[in-house]
Amino acid sequence: MSDPAGVRVVTGGRAWRALAANRVAMAGAALLALLYALALLAPFLAPYGENDIDRARFCHPPTTVHWRSVTGRFGPFVRATRVADPAALRYVEVPAGELPLRWFVRGAPYRLLGLVPCERHLFGVAAPGRVLLLGADPLGRCELTRLLYGAQVSLTVGLVGILISFTLGMLFGGIAGYWGGIADVLMMRGTEVLLSVPALYLVLALRGAFPVDMPSRRVYLGIVAILALVGWAGLARVIRGMVLAIRGADYVLAAEALGMSRWRVLVRHILPNTLSFVIVAATVAVPGYILGEVFLSFLGMGVQEPAASWGNMLQQSRNLDVMVNYPWMLFAPAAAIFVTVLAFNFFGDGLRDALDPRQGPGGNR
Amino acid sequence: MRALVLRRLLHVIPLLLGISALTFLLLHLAPGDPFAAMAENPQISAETLARMRHDFGLDRPAWVQYLLYLRNIALRGDFGQSFAYHQPVARVLFARLGNTLLLAGAAALVTWGLAIPLGVLAAVRTRTWVDRTLSLVAFAGLSVPEVISGLALLYLAARTGWFPIGGMHSLDAGELGAWGRFVDLLRHLVLPALVVGIVPLASRMRQMRAGMLDVLSLDYVTTARAKGLPEPAVIGRHALRTALNPMITLFGLTLGSLLSGSFIAEFIFNWPGLGTITLEAIQRQDQYVVLGAVTMAATVLVLGNLVADVLLAIADPRIAHE
Repeated sequence: MSDPAGVRVVTGGRAWRALAANRVAMAGAALLALLYALALLAPFLAPYGENDIDRARFCHPPTTVHWRSVTGRFGPFVRATRVADPAALRYVEVPAGELPLRWFVRGAPYRLLGLVPCERHLFGVAAPGRVLLLGADPLGRCELTRLLYGAQVSLTVGLVGILISFTLGMLFGGIAGYWGGIADVLMMRGTEVLLSVPALYLVLALRGAFPVDMPSRRVYLGIVAILALVGWAGLARVIRGMVLAIRGADYVLAAEALGMSRWRVLVRHILPNTLSFVIVAATVAVPGYILGEVFLSFLGMGVQEPAASWGNMLQQSRNLDVMVNYPWMLFAPAAAIFVTVLAFNFFGDGLRDALDPRQGPGGNR
Repeated sequence: MRALVLRRLLHVIPLLLGISALTFLLLHLAPGDPFAAMAENPQISAETLARMRHDFGLDRPAWVQYLLYLRNIALRGDFGQSFAYHQPVARVLFARLGNTLLLAGAAALVTWGLAIPLGVLAAVRTRTWVDRTLSLVAFAGLSVPEVISGLALLYLAARTGWFPIGGMHSLDAGELGAWGRFVDLLRHLVLPALVVGIVPLASRMRQMRAGMLDVLSLDYVTTARAKGLPEPAVIGRHALRTALNPMITLFGLTLGSLLSGSFIAEFIFNWPGLGTITLEAIQRQDQYVVLGAVTMAATVLVLGNLVADVLLAIADPRIAHE
């Protein structure tokens, strides 16, 4: 917004201080910063490429990092493994095969931040050996690598979706509330229709309108569009209510009397006053959007292989045989999703207490 | 009261029309021809296909199709034909809807059966370690989405064998007596119901706690205590009744999220409900089933809201007269 003056009165330095004093919220914020940094630097932090298939290591368990070698040397290393039981895909360590962990090793080429060509990875081991800190999937791909690449999809889908749906919701609710009359009635009937379909059924029905097989980039946009279309209606209703309350305020009447266009009054004077509510509502809503992607990919209707997302990683582990015998494929994405949702909830709760204490805790799930 | 119910029921009709029109539009936008798979089947002649296309009005413009669809429902209660099951949609869906409602009901039992006593406990022991522990646990529970808790419980069931890993009945359920079948069903129901019921538990508990705290500070509670009533009677007989009032409305309003939540649990535990069949129908482009299922889910939600309104009006007669 170009005129945040109205907002500053509401939020002010006091809100920031309240937020900074809330240790739980700050922990959530720090966790979120870390998660997004991990996603941003995924190609560098991941020891391998997103789709490096290794036919010698299907369903390989997580490798243990050892510290003291038989020769007495101290430092992190892993042991090479060999197949102990080809049918059950069990592996055992080879005692002699010590592979020291190296920093900044050469590996699969990538573009850092999508720009700088680069082939160094944060850590790794000498070539025929592999370090699989979180194990490997049924195609022998490194789970940690896929988790990091998957974070790029899963963590951003929510933010982009929120951005679109909240813009839509604010404009829609603002217009309905400020213009009123027939437009208001029609628009609110429209949102009522959207809100009357249970969210996940609506998500699926919308997904049905897209082709089943889409190239992965288009799937990403499709998912964002679906989540945004499902999410905006609830917000539009609340914003409309707030606008109805604001539109009789003296400063709005003054702006109108000065001959400002209605559009300008809405965007410059009325909507900024809903911002503190909107920011809180958006933060609290992000986990729902992230879970929306997880839901679609988990059902096999979202991000498709070979691209990684937390949802389609979970889908692999839905197979009972995989789940029971190779449980790391369940634990890794499940833990990532849990930590992310928890961090957003911590931060969102603190933000609400600081910015908009009237809303009270708990939300309306 | 009757006027209120009638007014609300009239309000439901355009809403359901809107929902079915929206879903119809979405399905119409979907690429592909629902008869494509049948066209590849050599046993079905081209004439049969052409006749089916004509019967379903698929050779007419979309709005004509939609009006035909509505006419069939209004005149004959015919929700169309399932392309995949070769059965009327209503027959395919009603059994599934029953299963989903059973799951949602069990989940609601989990949520409210835990939320009300725990919320009261947290309010009565406010600002003690009991209160703090409960709110912490609830907060953690809120952060475990159904996908995760579902898979975790499935993992537990697969590792321990304590619970069946999916479906609604055991293979040998037919040989069991009525009681045996009931127990068998319960055993299949436990895990999915837990998955669906745990997520909303946290907010319900907080709301119950807040409501109870409000009531406990009212004068009539102080009076009850002052006249020497034992504390359990004050809480149970006097405070709880008032504090439960707002929760009644919430009960109806949460039906929608129960349905969405049970979607995931159904998928993970192979529960033959409305969610699994919707997914299946979308993948098979069985469009009348999708249409019927989405409309059905929305109807449940809308009726839930209606029931919530009516219950509230019963609890607070002022509302009916507004």
